[in-house]
Amino acid sequence: MAGKIIEHSKAAEIFNRDIKREEWHDETLWLVREKRDKAAFQIPEWELLRETASQIKNNVLSNIHQYLQDFEEQAKKNGIIVHWAADGAEHNKIVHSIMEKHGVKQIVKSKSMLTEECHLNEYLTEKGIDVIDSDLGERIVQLRNEAPSHIVLPAIHLKKEDVSETFHEHLGTEKGNIDAKYLTEAARLHLRNTFLTRKIALTGVNFAIAETGEFVVCTNEGNADMGVHLADVHIACMGFEKIIPQRKHLGVFLRLLARSATGQPITTYSSHFKKPGDGKEIHIVIVDNGRSTQLGREDFRNSLKCIRCGACMNTCPVYRRSGGHSYHNAVAGPIGSILAPNLDMSKNADLPFASTLCGSCTNVCPVKIDIHQQLYKWRQLLVKEGYTPTTKTIAMKGMASVLANPVIFDFAGKTARFIMQKAPGLVSNSFNPWYKQREMPAPPEESFREWYKKNSRESKEKNNEQ
Amino acid sequence: MESLCAFPNKYLNMKVGLFVPCYVDQFYPQVAIATYELLQKLGCDVSFPMKQTCCGQPMANSGYEHLTSGCDANFIANFAEFDYIVSPSGSCTLHVKDHLHDEKNEQLAAQIRTRVFELTEFITDVLKIEKIEGNFPHRVGMHESCHGQRMLHLSQMSELNEPYFSKPGQLLSGIKGLDLVSLSRKDECCGFGGTFCVTEEAVSAKMGQDRVKDHEDQNVEYITGGDMSCLMHLEGILKRQKSPVKIIHLAEILNTI
Repeated sequence: MAGKIIEHSKAAEIFNRDIKREEWHDETLWLVREKRDKAAFQIPEWELLRETASQIKNNVLSNIHQYLQDFEEQAKKNGIIVHWAADGAEHNKIVHSIMEKHGVKQIVKSKSMLTEECHLNEYLTEKGIDVIDSDLGERIVQLRNEAPSHIVLPAIHLKKEDVSETFHEHLGTEKGNIDAKYLTEAARLHLRNTFLTRKIALTGVNFAIAETGEFVVCTNEGNADMGVHLADVHIACMGFEKIIPQRKHLGVFLRLLARSATGQPITTYSSHFKKPGDGKEIHIVIVDNGRSTQLGREDFRNSLKCIRCGACMNTCPVYRRSGGHSYHNAVAGPIGSILAPNLDMSKNADLPFASTLCGSCTNVCPVKIDIHQQLYKWRQLLVKEGYTPTTKTIAMKGMASVLANPVIFDFAGKTARFIMQKAPGLVSNSFNPWYKQREMPAPPEESFREWYKKNSRESKEKNNEQ
Repeated sequence: MESLCAFPNKYLNMKVGLFVPCYVDQFYPQVAIATYELLQKLGCDVSFPMKQTCCGQPMANSGYEHLTSGCDANFIANFAEFDYIVSPSGSCTLHVKDHLHDEKNEQLAAQIRTRVFELTEFITDVLKIEKIEGNFPHRVGMHESCHGQRMLHLSQMSELNEPYFSKPGQLLSGIKGLDLVSLSRKDECCGFGGTFCVTEEAVSAKMGQDRVKDHEDQNVEYITGGDMSCLMHLEGILKRQKSPVKIIHLAEILNTI
């Protein structure tokens, strides 16, 4: 899965070579956006709900040290074992050490984007652990040795023909059978055996409640519950921003989450975990992994309000037409593009530029993250820190000096129009990316300012006087 | 000209500076001419400061905002004297509103930022003109440009659960014979995006092609909009596809008054 990073623009160009698949991907995700609109607009107080969620999260980010300590205290009282991980590596070690302590070599996971972010699967596999993802979409991409392409719909880049082929290869289903029911049944049988034999189950966390020390996991397939209830040990992994102050605030977030994500009023399962059952253990791993750095970046801190609904991806015209893998980061799309540079500016310098700054993301976001404004600000920071190509910097400097000087601007404009009229091949050629699929504008005889000199009211009045 | 004036001398006490995007000046003079004539017909004392160039947005959106002080200084020198600054572009207007600065005189820059208006909002909100009774007997699709819509709030965006309104739509509703179609994706971005159109060529072109198709499915004769940059991108695609559909800026339709 790792390897050389292909820049977003290049990966997007490759994605667009299969135009039918690209159009199908765009349409499929647009349908999810439309479902979100329908669900959201049935709630008259929708915008108030977003504002409330945003303010609760602002409060959380301003007081996160206290809420985390409260949460730890309450969770411990409930009999939960709490771990703190400074980064992905420590998180992975902690999970592995819990498994070693129990002498267990197999683990079943429900969906957790945090473990994707920390590359837990690769780490555990290297240690000889058998990891099985139990979310259907995640299982499909896991079998294909791919990363999820979407935080809510991990296999949204795949068609049922692809799934059929994968299942034929790995689960022995009939070749060419693309019946969704048949394929789901095969996955179900395969996973059932996993659930029954695993002693340790890992889940993500959607919301952790400081007041009570409990946490909530939202799924549609019930796979988190199935895994946890049949295992002796439950490991829950959370980024530290998942905290909310009080249980009553769940009412705000649960109403927003599934409506924003898939257009459902609520996820099928919203499972609350508070204390371990008799003879069982619950571990919580609270992870930083760059979050305190982001918290310290004033311009970008409110990206930590994200509840991972994926609405910004579904609405993003660029994401829909480039696919999640083109973002080469665990979290793709607009939100991924403002989170990833915080993790590694050099590797992710291309992502904030993979946007037209249309602003649709900001306005579907259920916690009102100013995503497009942060994309703009990341661009400024990445340029200042020297992560843009020198050729671009030289071009921009040249452009800035032409555009700041009226005389040079006028001359440059006339020259450009002259060349385009007399020698259009100099601009309308294969070296010009604009010209690949678009014609150049037809250059007019005169610019507006040339027209104005002759035709403005002032000049006409002057002419009349003479 | 005076005989055409629909609102004679009504606003002659306000000095309006015509702010023309650099690429409109060079490639689409007819849009600037239409804006200039329209504002005069509406009774404004309008003039075009001859030494204006560019607002600086191409650099800023590419991450080079720190190189825009020259453009800022030139903009301020050209427009400081006006009561209102009006532009036939939501995008350039937005850039000035959000990012115009002057280290030596920030107060002046702040004042200028509040005086800049996109053409249609200037007509509906400042001149308080509700309808423009022009004549344009054609089937037209309106491309909602993102910066005008989502950031200047010229019309309500589809993402929000809020009552619908549209300032350009309201003005177009008074145009005789104009048949405004509704699109399947009301306000999807066209994919121009400044330098995005070349740095992310594949996605940019596909977005433009999809936008064009949505309009063509409605059998429009014209695609209109408030930003020539989006329309230039769509025009490039239409011409490449040898489509009979034409583009026309809102100012040109409103100028049929």
